[in-house]
Amino acid sequence: MSKIKFDYVRKSYGPNEVIHGINGTIEDGEFVVIVGPSGCGKSTLLRMVAGLETITGGEIKIGEKVVNKLEPAKRSIAMVFQNYALYPHMTVFENMSYGLKIRKVPKAEIKRRVEETAEILELTPYLKRSPRELSGGQRQRVAMGRAIVREPEVFLFDEPLSNLDAKLRVQMRLEIKKLQERLGITSIYVTHDQVEAMTLGHRLMVLNGGNVEQFGTPIDIYLKPETLFVATFIGSPAMNILDGRLSDDGTAAILTTGEAIQLAKPLLSHKGQAIKLGMRPEHLIRCDADKALLYLNADVVEQLGADTILHANLGGSGETVIARIDGVVPAASGERFSFTIEPENLHVFDSDKGKRIN
Amino acid sequence: MIKRVHFPASPLPYLLVAPQIVITIVFFLWPAGQAFYQSFHIEDAFGLGSEFVWFENFEVLFTDPLYLATFWRTILFSALVAVVSMGTSLVLAAFADRVIRGATFYRTLLIWPYAIAPVLAGAIWSFMFHPTLGIFPYFLEMAGIDWNHYMSGNQAMALVVLAASWKQIAYNFLFYLAGMQAIPKSVIEAAAIDGAGPVYRFRTIILPLLSPTTFFLLIINAVYAFFDTFGIIHAVTKGGPASSTTTLVYKVFTDGFIGLDLGGSAAQSIVLMVMVIALTVFQFRYIERKVEY
Amino acid sequence: MVENRPFLDFVTHLVLIVGILLVALPIWIMFVASTHDAVRMAHVPLPLLPGGQFWENLRLTFFGNGLKGSETAAVWQLMLNSFIMAMMISIGKISISILSAYAIVYFRFPLRMTFFWMIFITLMLPVEVRIVPTFEVVANLGMLNSYWGLSVPLIASATATFMFRQVFLTIPDELLESARIDGAGPMRFFFDMLLPLSRTNIAALFVIVFIYGWNQYLWPLLVTTDQSMGTIVISIKQMLEAETGSPQWNVIMMTALLAMLPPVAVVIGMQKFFVKGLTETEK
Repeated sequence: MSKIKFDYVRKSYGPNEVIHGINGTIEDGEFVVIVGPSGCGKSTLLRMVAGLETITGGEIKIGEKVVNKLEPAKRSIAMVFQNYALYPHMTVFENMSYGLKIRKVPKAEIKRRVEETAEILELTPYLKRSPRELSGGQRQRVAMGRAIVREPEVFLFDEPLSNLDAKLRVQMRLEIKKLQERLGITSIYVTHDQVEAMTLGHRLMVLNGGNVEQFGTPIDIYLKPETLFVATFIGSPAMNILDGRLSDDGTAAILTTGEAIQLAKPLLSHKGQAIKLGMRPEHLIRCDADKALLYLNADVVEQLGADTILHANLGGSGETVIARIDGVVPAASGERFSFTIEPENLHVFDSDKGKRIN
Repeated sequence: MIKRVHFPASPLPYLLVAPQIVITIVFFLWPAGQAFYQSFHIEDAFGLGSEFVWFENFEVLFTDPLYLATFWRTILFSALVAVVSMGTSLVLAAFADRVIRGATFYRTLLIWPYAIAPVLAGAIWSFMFHPTLGIFPYFLEMAGIDWNHYMSGNQAMALVVLAASWKQIAYNFLFYLAGMQAIPKSVIEAAAIDGAGPVYRFRTIILPLLSPTTFFLLIINAVYAFFDTFGIIHAVTKGGPASSTTTLVYKVFTDGFIGLDLGGSAAQSIVLMVMVIALTVFQFRYIERKVEY
Repeated sequence: MVENRPFLDFVTHLVLIVGILLVALPIWIMFVASTHDAVRMAHVPLPLLPGGQFWENLRLTFFGNGLKGSETAAVWQLMLNSFIMAMMISIGKISISILSAYAIVYFRFPLRMTFFWMIFITLMLPVEVRIVPTFEVVANLGMLNSYWGLSVPLIASATATFMFRQVFLTIPDELLESARIDGAGPMRFFFDMLLPLSRTNIAALFVIVFIYGWNQYLWPLLVTTDQSMGTIVISIKQMLEAETGSPQWNVIMMTALLAMLPPVAVVIGMQKFFVKGLTETEK
């Protein structure tokens, strides 16, 4: 077990740089999830840790060792691939033992380790089967088993659950979390799935366009997104972003429709400037018309049972706002709703750079 | 075209490609180069020296009525083989496609002529049509037809076409059957619901959907008739009578090995090469190939 | 079948059976000829039903020198030569193509594309086209009348290389990545992963190439002047030429029967691989 250190890590293909200098440290035993839209470089970064992509700039350290030039097999990592990459012509046992065999681990030791791992993953009855005789979830487990028997210092997961159906995904997600806690091995997990990102890791690294947008605990990232990108990327339905400006005294945000919304703390340094105002759909609270901060005209109402998703427009401005209301709310399109919001749930971003300013 | 991840640089890949590359150079590229070189030279009468003559060999070739006749004859021969063989195969495949149980049985019994060497096919057919002994001439005589492919150029051509087509039926059949089986059942069912009968469906649905297969087979059959029928012709007619079954490849062989005209034979080889290249390019361009560069 | 039409079903089977009979007719006539004695085969009309001389003809042909007057080697010797040639071509072709395909797909190295194109060009150079100069090369290398001369010039092939390349390209990249993480080097990966995963393709290619090799005609005709190096296929032609003097169609047809047996057996016995091989190498 060891920590992983990224020191200004860059990657380019020819003149085309796709990762622009990533810094950060993953602590010993920590579970870090890397999340981002497709093409953000998250898989590339993971593959650089694995040694499957060359590192064109900066350093990656595993433990105290710089691994830039090290063969994948020498980095003491194990990886679980999206399509599992099981060896189709080998049995489950052979799949799990292949790496050990190459390392010339004694036969008895291989057997012991494989059987132990199979026990943990409930794969014991399937050791003699070939991958094509297994279900999706079982294959997934074999892929994990193959990683575990190696007793690596680092686990790498490359979207390991995205080939599973929704129900299995939930189940495997919990298993991975439990397993990581039990084994305590430093892990990096790449995904584009919101829920996996929020629930699995100790910390979350949000990547966009080859840059780290934010690196912190999932709740921090949810509550205090540092950038507009993070704000809209994390959370579902996505955060509403409205154009506006700060009042001249910096105490309130003024929307294009003229409503002034009081902030928790005045933002003196940005008085009068153009801003983007973020509000999570679940933070909008229905209220009486006379106390309302926002008036929304419903366009489409989606009844989910547990809650109701209201797609609406901000009175006359054409800006769309989504609100999530608990329970069943009978509503028709065109109906007018009044909302308020707690000042601490407002997110204010600089209009040009998209950086958080409150 | 190449994998995302590679093994680190080492001399290994050179060792891996070496056998194939060496053989390619020694037995393919070097001889082809030789043919190219010779096609621009004329050897003197004693074979001691040779002279660079630009396109003279080609000029001679294309003003030689015998060569031109061979050229057109080859085209005709290919076309006949393609039509006879593909036509028969198409009909058989169309019926085999209708069979649910026993399709494999029929297929097995139709594909094995593929395995017969062209020269064997030639031997068998020339035996069957042997002018004095053969079974077919015996029956043909009863019908008032005098068969002797050693005397009649047309009969010789007909026999060579028959033998060549017979051998190729297996191949065409397999591809047509595969092509038909690849047509989604739902398309045929939709047509049936629209009220199209089996024959109409075949003409308006199956045949048009098979056109890529047909096109592919046309090229394959042309190549087959050009190159792979040497054994048949050699066994049945030796190109005769009076060159009436001499194809381009056969002529390269007779001019090169029997006539010992190196320059002329080389020029003919070059012409053939150009034709193969044209066919290959054609095939790559107009057929959806799985091979990408 | 979309609708139920008993009459059409009847026609279907009728056409197919007639087709099979037509395709099989030449073989039947050949078989009948191989079951009669030379005398019976010399007068018209020739028989259409088998006679009783099959085993006698088989013995005469297989262990004898073939046809009287044709001066071919014993047929068993010719068949052995054919078999050795076909096996050398098959094994050679499969080995060199799978290795070069491996290099081209899994390594990045200078001249890679040059090699690719060199191999590609062989697609356009069938032996018939470069027959005279290739013969000279083989003659100069002293490879006439040898198994090497018979087989080596025929084993380079773009189609086989491309087929393996295609197979390798469909193998997910992650398999290599996973194997590398497991510590497998290039040759280990080749033998542990690629070879077992290409098994069926190798079998399919083997069927096609074996038939191709066994049925070679023009090339063996040129490079073997020594009768003892001849192949069964070219001996047929020599027998046909001798036939004008003394008709022994029973022997010729028995030889033809023997000559077609191995490749036909391969096609029928390995039909699944045969079909796969045809569709994957040519398309």
